This record gives sequence, structure tokens and C-alpha cells, in this order.
Amino acid sequence: MTIWSEETQVRAKELISRYPDKRSAVMPLLYLSMAEAGHLTDEGMEEVGEWTDLTPAQVRAVASFYTMYKRERTGQYLVSCCTSISCMLLGGDEVLHAVESESGVPHGETDDEGVISVEHVECIGACGGAPAVQVNYELIEGFTPEKGRELVKWLRSARPDSINTDEMQGLFGGSTSFDWGIREEASAIGPYPAFQPFGTVEGKSK
Amino acid sequence: MSAPLVVTRRMTDYPGDSHTIDRYEATGGYAQAKRACSMTREGLVEDIKTCGLLGRGGAAFSAGLKWSFLAPERPAYLVINGDESEPGTFKDRQLLERDPHQMIEGVIITSVANEVHHAFIYIRGEYPKSARRVQTAVDEAYARGYLGKGILGTDYDLEVTVHLGAGAYICGEETALINSLEGKRGEPRLKPPYFPAAKGLYMMPTIVNNVETVSNLPHILEMGAEKFAGLAHEADTGTFMTSISGHVKKPGNYELGHGITWRELIYDVAGGIRDDRELKAWIPGGASAPWFVPDVHLDLEVTKEATAAAGSMLGSGAVIVMDETTCMVRAAERIVRFFSHESCGQCTPCREGTTWLEMILRRIEEGQGRAVDLDLMVGVSDGISIGLAWPPKMTTICPLGPSAVSPIKALKDYFIAEIDAHVEAGGCPF
Repeated sequence: MTIWSEETQVRAKELISRYPDKRSAVMPLLYLSMAEAGHLTDEGMEEVGEWTDLTPAQVRAVASFYTMYKRERTGQYLVSCCTSISCMLLGGDEVLHAVESESGVPHGETDDEGVISVEHVECIGACGGAPAVQVNYELIEGFTPEKGRELVKWLRSARPDSINTDEMQGLFGGSTSFDWGIREEASAIGPYPAFQPFGTVEGKSK
Repeated sequence: MSAPLVVTRRMTDYPGDSHTIDRYEATGGYAQAKRACSMTREGLVEDIKTCGLLGRGGAAFSAGLKWSFLAPERPAYLVINGDESEPGTFKDRQLLERDPHQMIEGVIITSVANEVHHAFIYIRGEYPKSARRVQTAVDEAYARGYLGKGILGTDYDLEVTVHLGAGAYICGEETALINSLEGKRGEPRLKPPYFPAAKGLYMMPTIVNNVETVSNLPHILEMGAEKFAGLAHEADTGTFMTSISGHVKKPGNYELGHGITWRELIYDVAGGIRDDRELKAWIPGGASAPWFVPDVHLDLEVTKEATAAAGSMLGSGAVIVMDETTCMVRAAERIVRFFSHESCGQCTPCREGTTWLEMILRRIEEGQGRAVDLDLMVGVSDGISIGLAWPPKMTTICPLGPSAVSPIKALKDYFIAEIDAHVEAGGCPF
């Protein structure tokens, strides 16, 4: 008996087939479970255990080790502000404060409407374009506190269906770590990484 | 000091579409994978040993030697370490996003050289764009017969799986990465006995190579091991990617030859300090590395040996530059906080020690510091990394714990006056 949709079950089977041992599919299945429910629920973790022959405790042990598995209700948009050393040197803390104060959401929390979650994170590998933030793990480089306030307003008013890194970089970004090349068409649809088969849409966001 | 571009050549010449398979094939791509299929395993391993390529993930170990250590049991696996998470480092992201086929060709060469039929590319969870680019490239390579059953018209099979991490720095450590890939917590394994070359993924012989390392392989075969070895410097061969960030005018990734000095790197390559301020300190090889200061280190060469002789390392190639306006206590706190956050918790010296160091640094920064706090931090550091020696004397399974000691060593060696100023002022003077 499964709590997952037909489509998710097909995806789960495909993910398991990528590995010599089905236990190796635990991490992608946890993402898949997040994509199904919006965050990682107890039932979702049990389901992953069913698919990989692990106990709920074994799955929880894995899920609790990694910061990107959100075991609590998470907003439609997860805004992650980098405050590690290189971003901190160039104003990462000020960006975080601007995003927190504009949204009214402190680190690690979600607004009542379930729209925005805010967190400060350790290095996201965008140090040459510091300070940097991510929305649903899609990057904006060369950010500022002012743009942080604009981003929060935009997310709340435009409520985009999906998040495209090039679109956001165009709206809110500045200098980048390196030349990004041509536009990326894929977009993220929730607070988990947009990597098929757990939640990517092709084509332009709204 | 000048060397030709190698791994960033294609993206420099064709900035628009260097990541596509059409561009890759049009610029000679996959020709070396084909050649590798016709070479003997011994010949390939010997070539990579001769060329002197050192691993570009941080440990700078000979890539050819690593291959030659692979135990004879089969199946053997290849894991590409794209879990780039060392603060200050963003070079692999560029290689993954801008030239994924170059890495995939390196995967084919490595696999053929080591009898590997299933390779994994582990990319950190915060790099979904990199993972998408690589997955697209892998799919293209399958469609054109470079991967899958009977690659390149031979009877050699090679499967490639792209795996996404989920936000744990420690998975960059090779044995933690292997645990993670097995669907477990990313906790490092004890070496010995768990050397990946003997007991790696699924307890089978496994090669773990960095993205930049394997991206070099097609070029080594193309230009020949000797020419590659002669590119720049006697001990470190080829080129190296460096990620420069912090208070410089031109932060970014640069592909350079070995032998340039820190002064040239910071003032010429990176354009000098923003607003022409004074340089105060820099971290030469990612957040784990002991810091350098201008009075002592500015004219040293940027080589593995010179950096090691001066008590630090080039590590992941990340250079973090701090100008005169930087509070060293705050900078140290931020780096120690990172290691405290990322400690996997297995070893007591690391789990407890990094937490205490973070709390002590925070109280100094916030004005509750005491005169004895430096001694206290040195004592705690000594418990993690005996004598604060470099390279560290290990009390832990992996080097994460000792990495957190590097900023404390910098404060003790060069910036005691700044701690005193915080304690006396009852707050941060910056």
C-alpha cells in the first residue's frame, strides 16, 4: 500500500533502477517524497523505507543528517541567504537582515500563509558573486540588502509558479562568479532542488 | 607563470554554448575517449603517473598513483566528487555547468583505465543547475553511444549515474561521500581499513576523483603526458583553477600556471584590494587552510611545496582575501561556525571542540570576552589538533575538526592584539 501518486511511483521505480543497490536511492527518494508533500512528512519517510527495505528509524537517521531535507512545513519559496565567510565579508549578514525584516520571517521559520521560508545557510559556492542567495536552490549572485527587500515583495505579489535562476538574476542580481553562458530553461517548483525527476519544469516561469 | 588555458579553454572560446555536445564534438570532443578504448590499462595508468597530475579536490595526491592502488577485486566503481562545499570554492561549479562533456570524457577515460563499468557523479544538493547540465550531457552522451552498452563501438559497457547530495559539507570527504552514496548518513569511515581503493562503494574497490582532476584527462591524452607535465612547474604539473573571493576588485575563477607569487595573484590577477585599501590577511586554500599575512607570505610562490613549507595548503584552490576593515575575530567566528555546523558528530574532539570554539569566539565578538579566552581557545584547539601543528596531528577520523583550528592559529600567531582590543572595549572595535 502506498501513499504516493501513480506518477511518483513510476519516478521512484526509475530512480531505484539507477543504482546497483536500492538503498542508494534513499536520498533521491527523500527528495521525491518532499516534492509529493511539500516537505518531508513522517508518512513520507515511512514510504521511502518501504521502497528501500529500511526501517523508519533508518530513513529518519539519513533524513536528519542532511540540511536540505525539510522535516517541517516549508513555504512555497525557500529563501536561503549565504552568511559564510566570503559572503559575510561583502554584506551577507545585511542581506539576511533585510530579507528577515521585509518578510517578517526569522531564520528557520515560515510565514503563516506558507509562502516564504527564510534561512541563513553556509557556503553555497557563489563566493565570486558574493553576497549570494538562493530561492528554492536557484541562485542569485551579486545581491544587495535593497534587492533582498524587492525579492520578498516580488515573491509575495507575483507568486511565480516556478523559479528560474536566469530570470531572478536579471531582476535582482549583479556580478557573477563567472559568465553563466546561455539562459537555463528549467525552473524549480518547490523548496527542493529542481533535478529530474523531483520537480523541474522546462520552459519559462510565469 | 603563464600557462595556456586547458580546462577553461572551450568555455573561453565559445562562451555561449560550451556545454553542448555539438560544440564539444566540433572542438575535438570524445576523440580521446576513443583513443583510450584502444590503449592498454597499464599504458593509461602509466601516462597519468608520468604527467604528474595531482588531485584537484584538496589533498593534491597523485592521480596516477591513486589509480595504481586500486585493488584487483571486481566490480570496481568510479565516483566523481562534485560535492564542492569548501567555503570560498566555486571552480567545479563552473566546470560542471560550462563544460560537462569534458568531465564525462574524463569519466570514460578513468573508467576504461580502471575496469570500471558503473561511474557515479556526486554533485552537491545546492548545485541543481550543475546537476541538470551534467544530466543533460550524460543523456546526450548515451544517445550518441559514448555511454551505455558497447561504448564507442567497442564491447565495453559503461553506466553513469548522477547523484545529488543534500547539504552536508562532510560528504566532500571521500569515505563520507561513499556512505552517502550508499544511502547512509554522510559520516567518514576509518582509514585503515576503509581505503576506497580497497573497500569503497559497496565495500568494493573504488576510485574517487575530483571534477577538475578528471576534466584534465582528455587534454593529457591529447597533448601527451610529457607536454602536460612541462606546462608550468616542476612538481605541480598542468594548470590549476583558483577561486578568488572577498575584498578584491576582480573576484572569480582563474586557470593559472604554477609558480606565480601571492602578490601577483592578489594584485595582478585579481586586480588588487577594493578601494585600494590595505591587505590584512588571506586564506590560501579554502576555509580549512591556515591563514597568510602580507608581512610574511606575500612574495611566496603559489605552489604546493612553498605553501606547505609555510605551514598551510593550497587545498581546494580557494583564496579568500580580507582587507584592513575586516574584524579578524568575526572572520574567525564565521569559519569556526561553519565547521561546527558541518561536524558530523562522530568524534568527540571535533563535535565538542568546534562548538566550544564557536561559542568563545562569539562571546569575544559580542563583548563578553575574557582575558583568558585566547588560552582557553588554544587549549580546546590542542584537544582537537595536538600542538596546533600543520599538517595536523589527528585526533579524529577525518580532517574536519583540525580545519576549525586554522583560524585560532591565525589569531594566536598574528592577531592577539585584536582579541585584547575586543576584551578591553567590551565589544567589537570595527
